[in-house]
Amino acid sequence: MRNRSSALVMTLYLLFLMVPIYWLVNMSLKTNAEITGTFSLFPRELTFRNYMVILTDPSWYMGYVNSIIYVVLNTVISIAVALPAAYAFSRYSFMGDKHLFFWLLTNRMSPPAVFALPFFQLYSSIGLFDTHIAVALAHCLFNVPLAVWILEGFMRGVPKEIDETAYIDGYSFPRFFIRIFMPLVASGIGVAAFFCFMFSWVELLLSRTLTSVNAKPIAATMTRTVSASGMDWGVLAAAGVLTIIPGALVIWFVRNYIAKGFALGRV
Amino acid sequence: MTLELQGVSRVVGGRDHIRPTSLTLQNGTMNVLLGPTLSGKTSLMRLMAGLDKPSAGRILWEGRDVTGVRVQDRGVAMVYQQFINYPGLTVYENIASPLRILRRDAAQIDRAVRETAEMLRLTPMLTRKPLELSGGQQQRCALARALVKGAGLVLLDEPLANLDYKLREELRVEIPKIFEASGAIFVYATTEPEEALLLGGHTATLWEGRVTQFGPTAEVYRNPADATTARVFSDPPMNFLPAIKTGHRISFGDGANAPAEGALAGLPDGKYLAGFRANHMALNRHSGNAVEFACQLGVTEITGSETFIHVRHGNDRWVGLVGGVHDLKPGQDLRVWLDPAHVYLFDAEGRLAAPAAYAKAA
Repeated sequence: MRNRSSALVMTLYLLFLMVPIYWLVNMSLKTNAEITGTFSLFPRELTFRNYMVILTDPSWYMGYVNSIIYVVLNTVISIAVALPAAYAFSRYSFMGDKHLFFWLLTNRMSPPAVFALPFFQLYSSIGLFDTHIAVALAHCLFNVPLAVWILEGFMRGVPKEIDETAYIDGYSFPRFFIRIFMPLVASGIGVAAFFCFMFSWVELLLSRTLTSVNAKPIAATMTRTVSASGMDWGVLAAAGVLTIIPGALVIWFVRNYIAKGFALGRV
Repeated sequence: MTLELQGVSRVVGGRDHIRPTSLTLQNGTMNVLLGPTLSGKTSLMRLMAGLDKPSAGRILWEGRDVTGVRVQDRGVAMVYQQFINYPGLTVYENIASPLRILRRDAAQIDRAVRETAEMLRLTPMLTRKPLELSGGQQQRCALARALVKGAGLVLLDEPLANLDYKLREELRVEIPKIFEASGAIFVYATTEPEEALLLGGHTATLWEGRVTQFGPTAEVYRNPADATTARVFSDPPMNFLPAIKTGHRISFGDGANAPAEGALAGLPDGKYLAGFRANHMALNRHSGNAVEFACQLGVTEITGSETFIHVRHGNDRWVGLVGGVHDLKPGQDLRVWLDPAHVYLFDAEGRLAAPAAYAKAA
């Protein structure tokens, strides 16, 4: 009896969680007339026109391509920079290391809007405006500290004696780092990459400010769908569905370590 | 091949971890570093390995100064107290990894790995990952990796401390065999005097970052150079009591006295510190010369066939080890006997003045 009631509560909870997503998928498969005209729990006239619009119109699908380019760029740069930094923080003590480590995190405490204006001016003046690398670099401001914190937590869990044993065995530092150490913190790298990916993927303000046409992200495209013929609800819903998919894919790979990642590797 | 430390010291943050130390370890010897926790065994070992740089002094390997040489180029091997293996690699690859770095050819690596694995009885586990092994097997894997490259200097930092009793006994017997097969200089750190005696070879006793004595193990045990060495090299620690020599008599503690014979006869009159090991305390008058002491019993620990007796004699606390099980009440008065032949005398500075008569005879 008790089992059944808790199962019921759980099912209801999950249903409520799924409602907005279901409604999005539902809308994306309807015509605009049906969306605005009637209330229906499932599409009466099932249509894939909305998806066809996105997949055939460059102004739509290039949004995805642009987003993926700068998100991947940003993730690669953030991890590449954070790996040595996190190793240093986890292994060496140097003057002001604790303050520096904390200061890194304070970078995440200011809202992106603060940086929108200086970034726009800076990138415009050095000719980086409306490029993928501009957005990737701007996002590094938030992602590098996060990646350093997460990776440091994972690296601290690896005993220092492993490093020393490797040196005694004759490993040079780069060889040890790539062959022995990186596999040991592989889950940490995965989690850090996931967090970088997610932040960069959903961030709208900086990416919209720093781009106009050539590197315009999908989130910005979605906010500019009001046309002369009114709002294209169906296409917008389809774009929403397609935007959820990459995140869901990435989270699948790190699902076992994600809790540790939210605790910045300190579990 | 010799390893020579010349006035090596290490100071960290203004604190002496290792005081100036000079040691010469000869080719193909087993050397035990014996001392309590924090006495500097690991610090000394890290200096020998090249993991830390000495603050002063030189380290010579085969007569060549290697003080500033990177650990990668030292050609040493080390096993830690914790079981340290590369978790991502199989046991086979773990053992092979030092050879792969040396770029030996595949057939040679394979032969060396299988031989070493056979010696350490790891052959059935070669395809497994280290974390799928028992603690003893993990440590044997670490030992195999240390031995496979044939390093001239093998450092073992309390390798058995994290193992349970049974496995420890097993590996303790194997290590001397492995040592003999390798022909290298072994340095073995331990907190247990028993382990030092079992391994034989040479022993360096450490106390607060200082090597108090270095010599053949039995020699150090029988003739400790000072009271500190004697305390370190006894388990339970050596018992001490004040002693005064006047003329042909020597009086112990609260006045019990005995004739000063043998080596004691030649000592100048004065105050000394007398020390004796736990197993020399007796509950009966076991020899004609035995001196009697009135003590108060603290607690008794029964190990099964033997009993540890903790007693108080004046301000001194002693621990005795007597055979058999004794049913004694805590706090009761107890008479114990001690044969002067088992007593070491140390002078006011703590240096050995006269070794116990029995040690000479042995």
